Amino acid sequence: MSEPKKNIKMIQGNTACAEAAIAAGCTFFAGYPITPSTEIAEVLSYRLPMVGGNFIQMEDEIASMGAIIGASLGGAKAMTATSGPGFSLKQENLGFAAMAEIPCVVVNVQRGGPSTGLPTHVAQADVMQARWGTHGDHPIIALCPTSVSDTYRLTLRAFNLSEKYRTPVILLTDELIGHLTEKIELPEPGSIEIINRQKPTVSPEKYLPYESTASLVPPMANFGEGYRYHVTGLVHDETGFPTNDSDKAALMLARLNDKIEKNRDDIVEVEEIHIDYEMETLIIAYGSSARSANRAMITAREEGHKVGLLVLKTIWPFPEKEIQQAMRNAKKIIVPELNLGQIAHEVEWATNRRIPIIKLNRINGESIKPSEIHKVITQG
Amino acid sequence: MDYLQYLRKDKMPHIWCDGCGHGIILKSILRTIDTLGWEKDNIALISGIGCSGRTPGYVDFNTLHTTHGRAIAFATGLKLANPKLHVIVVTGDGDATAIGGNHFIHAARRNLDINVIVFNNRIYGMTGGQCSPTTPTLKKSTTTPYGNPDSAFDISRLAEAAGASYVARTTTFHVAKMDQYIKACFLKKGFSVVEAYSNCPTSYGKMNKETGRRGVDMLLYQKDNMVPIEKAKDMSDEELQGKLVTGVFVDRNIPDYTENYSIVKQNSKK
Repeated sequence: MSEPKKNIKMIQGNTACAEAAIAAGCTFFAGYPITPSTEIAEVLSYRLPMVGGNFIQMEDEIASMGAIIGASLGGAKAMTATSGPGFSLKQENLGFAAMAEIPCVVVNVQRGGPSTGLPTHVAQADVMQARWGTHGDHPIIALCPTSVSDTYRLTLRAFNLSEKYRTPVILLTDELIGHLTEKIELPEPGSIEIINRQKPTVSPEKYLPYESTASLVPPMANFGEGYRYHVTGLVHDETGFPTNDSDKAALMLARLNDKIEKNRDDIVEVEEIHIDYEMETLIIAYGSSARSANRAMITAREEGHKVGLLVLKTIWPFPEKEIQQAMRNAKKIIVPELNLGQIAHEVEWATNRRIPIIKLNRINGESIKPSEIHKVITQG
Repeated sequence: MDYLQYLRKDKMPHIWCDGCGHGIILKSILRTIDTLGWEKDNIALISGIGCSGRTPGYVDFNTLHTTHGRAIAFATGLKLANPKLHVIVVTGDGDATAIGGNHFIHAARRNLDINVIVFNNRIYGMTGGQCSPTTPTLKKSTTTPYGNPDSAFDISRLAEAAGASYVARTTTFHVAKMDQYIKACFLKKGFSVVEAYSNCPTSYGKMNKETGRRGVDMLLYQKDNMVPIEKAKDMSDEELQGKLVTGVFVDRNIPDYTENYSIVKQNSKK
């Protein structure tokens, strides 16, 4: 018997993201054209009507973010995609989605900044904006793919995490990954794990949309399902109605942040490559920079250098525990990233600066070359 | 009719001031819903921020209190995700035409099938009386103490020009007309707007003496200065100074967004 034919394709990262969204059950996309994320919108404008979904090009980025929240409340899995300047505009309603606990996926294909910056060039400088871009203390999940197939897998994961934890999830990819074309084996539709939001099982009279449940994630009714409730960006109590009661505010905001922090072990994903007790140099990288780091590591290991790589697939919540474990007996850590050290600062905090942390940064729109990382491994 | 069946009684008292016109508009919305026999489960009432923005908290529907100016954007997603819902947006003059102006005109342009009720009190009430895009020229507010140098938007004409299916304007004095217009708005397929001039004695009335300082004075001011749109056509700009032109601005049968998108869906399968 011959093996079933594999579904192998050569596609771009942005296309993989769009296809994964469809596979995850996304039926609503609202967006606004912006380089280098536009292909995601273009592919979905073609694909969503085919599967009975809705694609809408909104008047701006703010409206796109609002529309996906509305669609999610109406029961759809919903996504938007953007880049730097558009990501800035998303922040207002991203905070609303975090506060009102509305599942949705926001893709940011990072380009050079600040401001209009370098629209067609790669950067990784929105890492902190993904964490703290919207005002107030709020929970967030952000995932960073390193390849086309990783983009597909993490887009699926972004939808699943958003549904599981009733929260916006950011797929923080970058121009290099978004525009990279490489081989991908698409999974069989039936083999994909799909998580859907938990629905209330109680009667409408007893439903508390923001109840402090043991899982910290209250079940979510969609509008029109007979559970008439109130959704607001104001601080609210378990019923969903606004409150100025400081005790209730404290309780609600604690649960909101705890639901991600206390489930961090489920959310955090890292990949360890050649990490062992012999390792003298640890590279910590994410997104496209992890590709350069991987190449540099392979070369250095062939030359006898004891070097390992920790790839951060989940960047928020921050994998500090995984970093502490991966350090082992390392003498130094190298953090290559396309910004001025946004994650290196987090690594310094996570490791308490017990060993030297070498920052390797670039913000001119070019990626970091493997040879540059190799040089730091062997000399720096 | 029994208004209480539509209200969340435990959320009373409401935050609106004595003499505010917003309750008159809300009652008209509820009367219309009652007349049409709409099920509460099938109604979504969405607002932005401001005095009008607090409306959803008081009514027993699926209610959504969004960010400032963005109610129509949220409503767009909700309506497309669940077309069976009657989606009603309540918004103020600042919410709809300043911070949310872009969403208002583009939803009208794509003729999205939602109902928008604009509570136009021509001032920012919630923040204490700053000028809005509909504060008339040289009228006073807390940020235009010497008079407003700006010109005012005509919200109804804006919606009409942008492509809405139905647009009508009335005042909180003309309640019978308000019921008639809101009913037509709710029944219309496509983007349908009722703009209601509302009275804000706390902020607008206090600073602009000609309207009177009490709610009832402001209602009578609306009565005395109302001009039907049919009559306004024969009046000069000078004669229309300070007048409140009301009536049906547009009522047309044109394809709405969903109708056009259903063609898109068919085309995608060819």
